[in-house]
Amino acid sequence: MASSGFQLLKRTLGNRSTAARFFSSVSSTPIRATLFPGDGIGPEIAESVKQIFKAADVPIEWEEHYVGTEIDPRTQSFLTWESLESVRQNRVGLKGPMATPIGKGHRSLNLTLRKELNLYANVRPCYSLPGYKTRYDNVNLITIRENTEGEYSGLEHQVVRGVVESLKIITRQASLRVAEYAFHYAKEHGRERVSAIHKANIMQKTDGLFLKCCREVAEKYPDIKYEEVVIDNCCMMLVKNPALFDVLVMPNLYGDIISDLCAGLVGGLGLTPSCNIGEGGIALAEAVHGSAPDIAGKNSANPTTLLLSGVSILRHLNLHDKPDQIQNASSTQLQKGSTELLILEVKQRQPSSPMQLFIISKYVLE
Amino acid sequence: MASTARSSSTLLKRFLATRINQSRSVTYMPRPGDGAPRAVTLIPGDGIGPLVTGAVEQVMEAIHAPVYFEKFEVHGDMKAVPPAVIESIRKNKVCLKGGLATPMGGGVSSLNVQLRKELDLYASLVNCFNLPGITTRHNNVDIVVIRENTEGEYSGLEHEVVPGVVESLKVITKFCSERIAKYAFEYAYLNNRKKVTAVHKANIMKLADGLFLESCREVATKYPGIKYNEIIVDNCCMQLVSKPEQFDVMVTPNLYGNLVANTAAGIAGGTGVMPGGNVGAEHAVFEQGASAGNVGSGKEVEEKKANPVALLLSSAMMLRHLQFPAFADRLETAVKRVILEGQCRTHDLGGTSTTQEVVDAVLDALN
Repeated sequence: MASSGFQLLKRTLGNRSTAARFFSSVSSTPIRATLFPGDGIGPEIAESVKQIFKAADVPIEWEEHYVGTEIDPRTQSFLTWESLESVRQNRVGLKGPMATPIGKGHRSLNLTLRKELNLYANVRPCYSLPGYKTRYDNVNLITIRENTEGEYSGLEHQVVRGVVESLKIITRQASLRVAEYAFHYAKEHGRERVSAIHKANIMQKTDGLFLKCCREVAEKYPDIKYEEVVIDNCCMMLVKNPALFDVLVMPNLYGDIISDLCAGLVGGLGLTPSCNIGEGGIALAEAVHGSAPDIAGKNSANPTTLLLSGVSILRHLNLHDKPDQIQNASSTQLQKGSTELLILEVKQRQPSSPMQLFIISKYVLE
Repeated sequence: MASTARSSSTLLKRFLATRINQSRSVTYMPRPGDGAPRAVTLIPGDGIGPLVTGAVEQVMEAIHAPVYFEKFEVHGDMKAVPPAVIESIRKNKVCLKGGLATPMGGGVSSLNVQLRKELDLYASLVNCFNLPGITTRHNNVDIVVIRENTEGEYSGLEHEVVPGVVESLKVITKFCSERIAKYAFEYAYLNNRKKVTAVHKANIMKLADGLFLESCREVATKYPGIKYNEIIVDNCCMQLVSKPEQFDVMVTPNLYGNLVANTAAGIAGGTGVMPGGNVGAEHAVFEQGASAGNVGSGKEVEEKKANPVALLLSSAMMLRHLQFPAFADRLETAVKRVILEGQCRTHDLGGTSTTQEVVDAVLDALN
């Protein structure tokens, strides 16, 4: 059973190929990476990830940064300028769950990271893990979502009492950027098809511009199939037969909804890694779940999401054998079910994180 | 072997007839002694539209429903819905239509949206439920998605600011949000539904979806017997694919409603079987529930294998809207029986029948 799981993973994880230097950070040994452990369960799972990576001999040197307790005037948030500089220099980062402190006068942490590092694409690979059974068994797709504009520009105003307008902005530059990344990703990871998701029959100019940009980029990659799917069709096809899709590229709002839908297909946010790509090849992987302060310090948090996100950084850095090893180990551990692994969906908890760590390390070293 | 199969199917039919068919007596009649059928506008539409509306016409004739159809040709590439059609719908108050294909990015605005705005059909209903006989990955699904149909992201107000930068306006008004919330709660009240869930993204679009939520909350206070809760749209989609039994009636603004309705239809058996309609204060247009696939693919048109079940169930909804519940019951019973028996199924349900075969099976099942 372990070997068949390994074969399945090998097939799904794609072939290795040389990456364009523009999109990935230049690798040399050892690689420095910034680590934001975050709050709540963050420090524990970050520790687990560090230990597992060490057991797998991953050539990464972690530089830890913590969220400060006072607002840094240079960034107008609790993240210090030094932390951001470190990510800019190292080009690679891993972020644990961060609780945004309540209050005014500062930007939210995620917003700060996004704006300062110019993170324009959010990549979420969704595959059915062999150890966790859901109603869908054959999910193997990547959702790439434009992360900076679209419906989330935050430009709203009240025209008169009782009438509110919200602006959705689509620009050629941002659409081209995310389309370029999507096709590059598809080529690098051996994916065959890229589907652009849109609602251009209704929002003709905005989604029409997005589609035009995707088509232009598609012409540069003639060996990758390109198709356009209307979002309502896409939703229906996803819940009926997720194997129909390969790489999905979409604007902000649709991306948000579809990537969460796909996460639901494989088992929830507790099993989906996520990686944000910025200009100049910056990659910041993160765990999308919350900081779960009520179980912090009790050694019962599930490090799988952060681990899988860390693995996606390794792929970005083109260290392809390590990710296979670690992912296989964690999936074998899931399959064996030896520690009753319930997926962390911020609500559910599961026991024995150190036991799990031991087992994963055992498989990695074998 | 064949004879036992035949006798068992007749046994099944008789069994189902006694269990499902309960006749209700109709006492409300607007024009007693008239004997005249009611006029209903019929728009066959594009693609598989003419096929499935043809199916409805055949079945209506067979049950001698007190309606007759006034057909009008409308195609998706027309610039606007012809005024004659609008006049007819205004006169008849009720319309049945097939899908209208909207050309992509071609500068022609969607005729479906135009029709809804002209007639002020502010509520779009899709009823997604598990039909006995169709196996799906999810069970216990019975969701009604009520979607605001006139404003929101579909306002059609777009412009190019400078070359390469395009803006689209999403408009939310208190008037429309209140209207749809009232419709949703009243629907829940009159149809014995226990819970209404509002779907939104107010953590990001604070003013726009915030206004929508405010209206929903206000209306919720007038219906203390109905539970009300709110859910963010991305979480909603995740919950729909993992635990759909928690949802009952969902009220949403325009775009989210489109996504949620299609997702819910997909998990409950596909858009080929879910009924729905667009309802306004004075008019109603019934069509296949969820919008995906209502024009169908070229292959379906050629081989005549479109699924007529959605439109048949929608026409049953239409008959109820016209207050002819007995006919609606007979139609629905027949269709459900055909689905349960599972002999005649079109491609999207895993079978190989043509539209006509399904219609014949329904005509057989009528009594």
